[in-house]
Amino acid sequence: MALPATRLKRVIGAVTAATMVAFVAACGSDDTASDGTVTLEFAQWWGAELPAGEFDKIINDFTAQNPDIKIKLLSAPYASTKQQLLTGAASKTLPDVVGLDGAWVNDFAKQGAITDITKLMADAGYDDSELASQIQLDGKTYMIPVVNFVYPLFVNKDLLTEAGVDKVPTTRTEFLDAAKKISASGGDAKGWVLPLDTAVPNGVQNDVMSWLWASGGSMLTDDGKPNLTSAEVKSTVEFVQSLNDAGVIAPGSLTMKEQDKVEKFSNGQVGMMIDSLAHINLIKENKPDLNFEVAALPAEDGFTGERGIPYASWGIGISDSTEHKAEAFKFVSYLMSQETNAKLSTIANGFPGNKTAEPDFSNSDPLFKAAFDIYQQGYPANEFVGLPKSEDLMRSFAEQLQLVLTGKTSVDEALAKAQENWSSVIE
Amino acid sequence: MTLTAPETSTRAAPAVPGRSRSTLTRRLVPYGYLSPTVLLIVVLMVVPIVMVIGYSFRDNVIVQENSVFAGFANYTKVLTDPSFLSALKNTAIFISVSTAAHLVLGLAFAMMLNSPLLGGVTKAIFRIVYILPWLFTIAVIAVIWRLLLDPAGVVNHVLQTLGLIEQGVNWFSDPSMALWAVSFVNIWAGYPFFMISLLAALQGIPGDLYEAAAVDGTNWFQRFVHVTLPQLRPVIISMAVLDLIWTSHQFALIWMTTGGGPLNSTEMLSTFTYKQAFSEYEFATASAAAVIVLLLTMVLAFFYVRSQRER
Repeated sequence: MALPATRLKRVIGAVTAATMVAFVAACGSDDTASDGTVTLEFAQWWGAELPAGEFDKIINDFTAQNPDIKIKLLSAPYASTKQQLLTGAASKTLPDVVGLDGAWVNDFAKQGAITDITKLMADAGYDDSELASQIQLDGKTYMIPVVNFVYPLFVNKDLLTEAGVDKVPTTRTEFLDAAKKISASGGDAKGWVLPLDTAVPNGVQNDVMSWLWASGGSMLTDDGKPNLTSAEVKSTVEFVQSLNDAGVIAPGSLTMKEQDKVEKFSNGQVGMMIDSLAHINLIKENKPDLNFEVAALPAEDGFTGERGIPYASWGIGISDSTEHKAEAFKFVSYLMSQETNAKLSTIANGFPGNKTAEPDFSNSDPLFKAAFDIYQQGYPANEFVGLPKSEDLMRSFAEQLQLVLTGKTSVDEALAKAQENWSSVIE
Repeated sequence: MTLTAPETSTRAAPAVPGRSRSTLTRRLVPYGYLSPTVLLIVVLMVVPIVMVIGYSFRDNVIVQENSVFAGFANYTKVLTDPSFLSALKNTAIFISVSTAAHLVLGLAFAMMLNSPLLGGVTKAIFRIVYILPWLFTIAVIAVIWRLLLDPAGVVNHVLQTLGLIEQGVNWFSDPSMALWAVSFVNIWAGYPFFMISLLAALQGIPGDLYEAAAVDGTNWFQRFVHVTLPQLRPVIISMAVLDLIWTSHQFALIWMTTGGGPLNSTEMLSTFTYKQAFSEYEFATASAAAVIVLLLTMVLAFFYVRSQRER
């Protein structure tokens, strides 16, 4: 039965009006329900990297203990999360709770997008002595690392044995020697792999500066200014240059990405690499027969101090624009609690942000236990965390290092130029 | 007859406003139909473009709440930046080489597929093979060619086996090779579109033109120059201009293969703009660079529109 034209118009009009009202209501809706239940949005990439359903269980435990708070997970891969948070920070529409990478903290804090957690901790009477670390700016905490992922040295034991190297190198000289022997052992394998792609320039952090931190060095002065022309940094870059000059670095470095590095190691094309512990499962899945182990990064000859080991974190922060800061911090403190943090670290194959939490290695690969021992013997080091425009800093350093490795400039000139670039960013 | 006339006129008199209403409605109806499209264009195109133009005249936009008017400072900064000028040069080489090669390869393959010398089955097989690159997404193309052109990859292995090279070539990571390598991949990915369009145009050329030319005693080359090319000219011009525009916007392929490196040798206007915005958080200079790209694209678009009008 056809509707008369006037009635049809009224129906269309009513539907349009109802839709508009619903749209406007949705735009301006409060996330507090009429029964007082608060819904917190939590944007992160962790859910996408954990086994399916595991993160939901942890969240469900929290909501069972706190029936007045609901958590809406916004899970996406790392790169998508970064883009979404960048946009959200710029438009002051960040979700209530956000997963953070230490490299974003400075920029988000300066934009006023994430809030000072120190105040929330004080308001909640929270004891922060259990926290392994806090990412601070001007004495205020903006990010708490929840789970840490370290970057030890991965060694292909078969290649090392074939090359006649009987022990995993512990010093730079031993490393260069082992890399030379692997490269000279006949096949196509090279000693080391260095991804210096400038699209995602984290090779500077994980594969270059890690040598500096492993010898207790720093790329910054005590007051946080760039110190790239120091003897320590120069020695690190010269060491990388010596590896390049010796022809022990896998070819294609200048546009190589992290995933290429892992693939080359998995395929037995390189004997040693510095990589995230999180890739152990991936390597074992792709190459179950690969005979490898993890070790502490070699330090400068004669170095006896504590070794820094590079790390990346799943950090957490709270939006400055959320109306539910107290509830958001309640959720953060739940994730940092001894039991939950241990559970989360175990399923993530990472190390806990709570010093008293002990991950359960009973069902994990023994390599994780070995890495945990390395982690406990040294200290987590990543000086890019908390720096402004850290990706840009890495890129400008990578470009200078590329010039050194292609023989277009000297180490001194490259470091002076990098120092100049960094000084214009880190004020 | 005479009795009905006054009745008609008395009925017609009050109908005048109604007629004008219906005329107005009739006039408005097309706008009503257009309004959703206009609304979408305004929201999705006009507003963002105007915002980006606005950002390009301010300083510290987005990252600072109180940005200030900066006049043409961002444009001056971008236009005097050696990296931008290098990106402009690389983009010019990349799009010129890509478009020229797309055209030559597309025309060659289209003529082959249009040739009466090939049988139906052979043509079908070649069509499938030739069109394959067009079916892959850019991400897949980037991964495939990164693997193939890896220093330890298949291409180097084949060339070494054939004795054409002594050592593996770093196709993407050698500053002197990288731009040609990404151009090659872009050519591989883009020629099928030219091929399909030119094949359709070739099939539309009347056969009697070739017959008349044959009667005049022309050879194959003369028929190609004096019949085929003039008939294809409008399609070639349109395709070339469109390809120049599309290739100048190529971002994903560059980003996923070389990221603009090594040593900025494959830095394009698109990657330069992206880095300004999402690595350096300099949204104002990124906006100025984007506006410059927009203006350059508009020049190409002008030629495209003009060629379309001529048709």
